[in-house]
Amino acid sequence: MDSASMPAGDRSVLERSPIARLPDRALRYGLTALAILILALILYFFIRLVGEARPAFARAGVFGFVFNNDWNVGAERFGALPLVVGTLITSGLALLIGVPVAVATAIYATELCPLRLRAPLTVLVELLAAVPSVVYGLWGIFFLAPKLQPAEQWVADRLSFLPFIGGGTVTIPNYFITGLVLAIMILPIVSAISREVMSTVPADQKEAALGLGATRWEMIRMAVLPYCRAGIVGGAMLGLGRAIGETIAVTILIGNAPELGSHLFGQGYSLAAVIANEFGEAQGLHRSALFAAGLVLFVLTLIVNGIARALVLRASRAGGARRGGDDQVGGVGPRVAGTAAGA
Amino acid sequence: MSVPRAAPPQLARFAVSPARRRRDRLARGVILAATVLALIPLVLIVYYLLRKGLGSWSGSFFSTNPTGNTFFKNSSIGGIKSAILGTVEIVALASAISIPVGIGVAVWLVEYGRDSRLASTVRFFVDVLTGVPSIVFGLFIYIVLIVGTGSTYAGYKGALALSLLMLPVVIRSAEVILLLVPAALRESALALGAPRWRVIFRIVLPTALPGMVTGVLLAIARAAGETAPLLFTAGATLKTNFNLGQFTNSLPVQIYSDVTSPTTAVVNRAWGSALTLVTMILLLNMIARLVARRSRLA
Repeated sequence: MDSASMPAGDRSVLERSPIARLPDRALRYGLTALAILILALILYFFIRLVGEARPAFARAGVFGFVFNNDWNVGAERFGALPLVVGTLITSGLALLIGVPVAVATAIYATELCPLRLRAPLTVLVELLAAVPSVVYGLWGIFFLAPKLQPAEQWVADRLSFLPFIGGGTVTIPNYFITGLVLAIMILPIVSAISREVMSTVPADQKEAALGLGATRWEMIRMAVLPYCRAGIVGGAMLGLGRAIGETIAVTILIGNAPELGSHLFGQGYSLAAVIANEFGEAQGLHRSALFAAGLVLFVLTLIVNGIARALVLRASRAGGARRGGDDQVGGVGPRVAGTAAGA
Repeated sequence: MSVPRAAPPQLARFAVSPARRRRDRLARGVILAATVLALIPLVLIVYYLLRKGLGSWSGSFFSTNPTGNTFFKNSSIGGIKSAILGTVEIVALASAISIPVGIGVAVWLVEYGRDSRLASTVRFFVDVLTGVPSIVFGLFIYIVLIVGTGSTYAGYKGALALSLLMLPVVIRSAEVILLLVPAALRESALALGAPRWRVIFRIVLPTALPGMVTGVLLAIARAAGETAPLLFTAGATLKTNFNLGQFTNSLPVQIYSDVTSPTTAVVNRAWGSALTLVTMILLLNMIARLVARRSRLA
């Protein structure tokens, strides 16, 4: 002790000089400042967005803006109901079509497929996420929509007794085709999260089901799916968030008609599409209305993503805890979140 | 209950009933069919991109700017040189901003913030950013840098919008990788008397580097394909431009404006541009996967 604390000035030799400690402090406070700056920036953006949207909300009230069915740029009347409904119909369709397929893909990859096929299959599904939105739009409008139009017309004619689905002529850009392309776009993320959650099902539970004489499908239905329900729902909600915010593909495919489409195969509009399509030449109140549409979109995705994250996190926590609290409990949460962010 | 032919007699009473076996086979069939269904769009997109896109690829396609002549017959519509270079410039600037900032925040979260209240707040806001639709990032930048300064579109504004979009992806992926760096490595370095900053720069970051490269490349790939945030931040233009203070063209915006054209030649240019863009993004993705496979972590 004595030799170790031989005085060099009045500090112990084990202590660094104030100058040597400088880079340490600089790094620590610099990085903390950076983190706080990010927070401040996001809050600032949000406040400015609310400020810019205010004139549009002041005209009809927040409620009136969201629920008035009247988007008339010429007359400066901005009721966003057609946009909100368009967003909800197309992203709802995307869930309806995309989630079952995505979950089936995840089941096939984790439970049924030969081990050798698992990695290539995963890569292929994830390649769908690498295709840019505008390319989906291009492919959708020039290939998929014209090819499917006769089939859509056939369905619309056969189901003419059903309100909203049947009757009417099928236009090339329409709600259905938009929902279909959105379904393809959300497939990789829903599938990735479902796979992630399914891989947390303890092997002994699956083996117990098989050991009791269950068939593969019975094992999946009774041991795997109930265990993963919250996680799959969470993944689906993250997909919904993506679908709601998707802009360019929707702008190309939905037809950009500022009215409530009379049926599933008619043209409409969405919140994101209206911004992309009209912002370039918007002035004054119109521009403010588009900012307001952006704000509604932002809040909508915020709510959906919040619920999704809570569900996915709970599912992966439950998975970790039920496995007997091994060292992966802490690891699963961030990993799932990382997949969600990176997919 | 009929006895399956293949089962040895002593096992017959354990055999699965035909109804259950049928249901099992049916369910497996449906699952397989859905998986195949999921891959069909990929095949169709790749097939159509190659068929339509390769046709419009040529030397002049990559070496000339779009001319803007889209309505007159017999006039050249030009290539996509300015769009390719613009995308490279904008994405490079966006990466130069978001990668250091993102990794800085991730290091702070893992090394300093840890479980503090500030750190959970930052994590929460980063998650919020992840879910924000890309067009809203465009609105943010528009409000602050175009309404706020009374100026017009510029390449660097587009790059800032893209860097906002990349930031949460970079932070999240880097954080996950940094958490995987074994605590023993840090502790041994500290025990040998290395100061914290040296531990971070000489031990933690080099160990995590290959893993972080993967996340960064995926973030770049995602940003390169985005159209919406660039529409009213970087603008669209015809000429090649090495000054990001002016309107800057980009591939996604070029494709978007070509899609809406009634002229076949222009639509064909859109297919060629789309093939170019998808090729660039797939290359980034493949490099990311190769790096990830080599990385010791994750």
